[in-house]
Amino acid sequence: MNLPSDLKDQFPLLSQIINGHQIVYLDSAASSQKPDSVIEAMNSYYRTINANVHRGAYEIAAQATEAMEMSRGQIAKFIGANSANEVVFTKNATESFNLVARSWGGQNLSEGDAVLITDMEHHANIVPWQILGAERGFEIRWIPLTSDGHLDLDQLDQLLDGVKMVSVTAMSNVLGTLNPVREIADRAHEVGALVTVDASQYVPHLPTNVNDLGADLMCFTGHKMCGPTGIGVLWGREEILDSMPPFLGGGEMILDVRRDGFTPNELPHKFEAGTPPIAEIIGLGAAVSFLESLGMAEIRQHEIQLTEYALNALGERYGDELTIHGPKDASQRGGVLSIQYRDVHPHDLSQVLDQRGICVRAGHHCAKPLMRELGVGATARASLYLYNDESDIDALVDSLEPAGEMFAL
Amino acid sequence: MPGLEDLYKEIILDHYRNPRNRGELESPPAHRTEGFNPLCGDEVTLTFELKDGSLGELRIAGQGCSISQASASMMSAAVQGKSISEVRDLTRQFKSMMSIHEESIDSKELDPASTGTFQLGDLEALKGVVKFPVRIKCATLSWNTLLTGLDELEA
Repeated sequence: MNLPSDLKDQFPLLSQIINGHQIVYLDSAASSQKPDSVIEAMNSYYRTINANVHRGAYEIAAQATEAMEMSRGQIAKFIGANSANEVVFTKNATESFNLVARSWGGQNLSEGDAVLITDMEHHANIVPWQILGAERGFEIRWIPLTSDGHLDLDQLDQLLDGVKMVSVTAMSNVLGTLNPVREIADRAHEVGALVTVDASQYVPHLPTNVNDLGADLMCFTGHKMCGPTGIGVLWGREEILDSMPPFLGGGEMILDVRRDGFTPNELPHKFEAGTPPIAEIIGLGAAVSFLESLGMAEIRQHEIQLTEYALNALGERYGDELTIHGPKDASQRGGVLSIQYRDVHPHDLSQVLDQRGICVRAGHHCAKPLMRELGVGATARASLYLYNDESDIDALVDSLEPAGEMFAL
Repeated sequence: MPGLEDLYKEIILDHYRNPRNRGELESPPAHRTEGFNPLCGDEVTLTFELKDGSLGELRIAGQGCSISQASASMMSAAVQGKSISEVRDLTRQFKSMMSIHEESIDSKELDPASTGTFQLGDLEALKGVVKFPVRIKCATLSWNTLLTGLDELEA
């Protein structure tokens, strides 16, 4: 079944006029737009049941708590978690990674150990390990890439030797590559390592099941999946989260505080210090409802078709003048198109596109080690989501040429 | 609504297509300073020599967008041979032109008599960048890198 063709109507931002043109939003890998239902859910919370959660005994406090916990349950089900207690709310995927590194890493990593990541990680899955590594002296290893933008697993056995944690992205935010997470996880588990998955670009776009992925921990963020900013998720297998010490200290995360110490709360509250972003959690629940109403398999199918259309249209029109980094086969990648067009710098390209209302991202996409591997300082990235259609791709294709004329060296 | 012609003046595109003073001087004896724009990945490497309190030769390496490359090229043409205090004055003037405060965009014409001893000359072409605030860091990258380099030498 196809997605409804009038999906854009449910996203108020997509009717905006930018620089005299109806907006063409092609930056969903950075942040997705929000449907009416999400905006309305957050509005309704503030208008009708705004109160702090897990505290007051009065009616609206109870309703706020229930709405928040209902979202947690929805999210757990959405990713195939065994229990809602495995869903920890954070600020974003970056905070989730910092939580894992600081809490699990702080307890388990020291000199002589190793963490294995890949050459296509986002800085969020690099720098927290580097910060802890500088204190603890453990080694960080990198799975290299093949020339066509896949992970090169030829040396995986050697790379895994002595590794306690493998932390890998399920889908590259630059190349679009879908990685064989299950295969990596199985081999990591054989040597006794745990596996953390960066699913920031995966959960919004593909049917996700943490058990099928073979993950032990998984980080993702709300604002890339039609939800609000300021809300992220750390999912972890219950026994692993149970074994980890608290990350941030304060209210909500304790059972008891005495002069001589404290007793941490049960999961998931142990990792949720302070008043949570209640409206955002409720908004994320509404986003999950929205995605489920469309069907994740249908969303994935739509994006495969649109990615294929884009790869063909760009290739036919520009041939050798244009490079798209990453796998050529739309079924092996997500709808993330990092473009190099002639010698036009990505900044200049995106500036020209902006004049036509087209939003693409120019920069290193928080993946500088990958940029160095690709031998570029930056790319212009067009990224697709459920609300994009062929007219968006056509606008992009038609607008590259004027940029080339202006900036050709 | 500012148009592309406000940003990409012909003289800017000329400096972009034909950058002046590209390359690197041997370092040492030349001083070498690197600058990064963490937002977009632009990188600039300046190598330059000081002679008797003045800026001698200066070379620019690195990569970046048309605005950052043109600004660096125009800077190199403007500062070579100037005394350090003149270079600092010019840098101050340029950064003031790049300030996003309304008053410095519109009303305060850069009067050489009041703000320093130089006219910005060709550099005035970069004034339109202010209308595109996300690009200001592109235009100021090489200038900030030069200031860092001067500070390192005078520390």
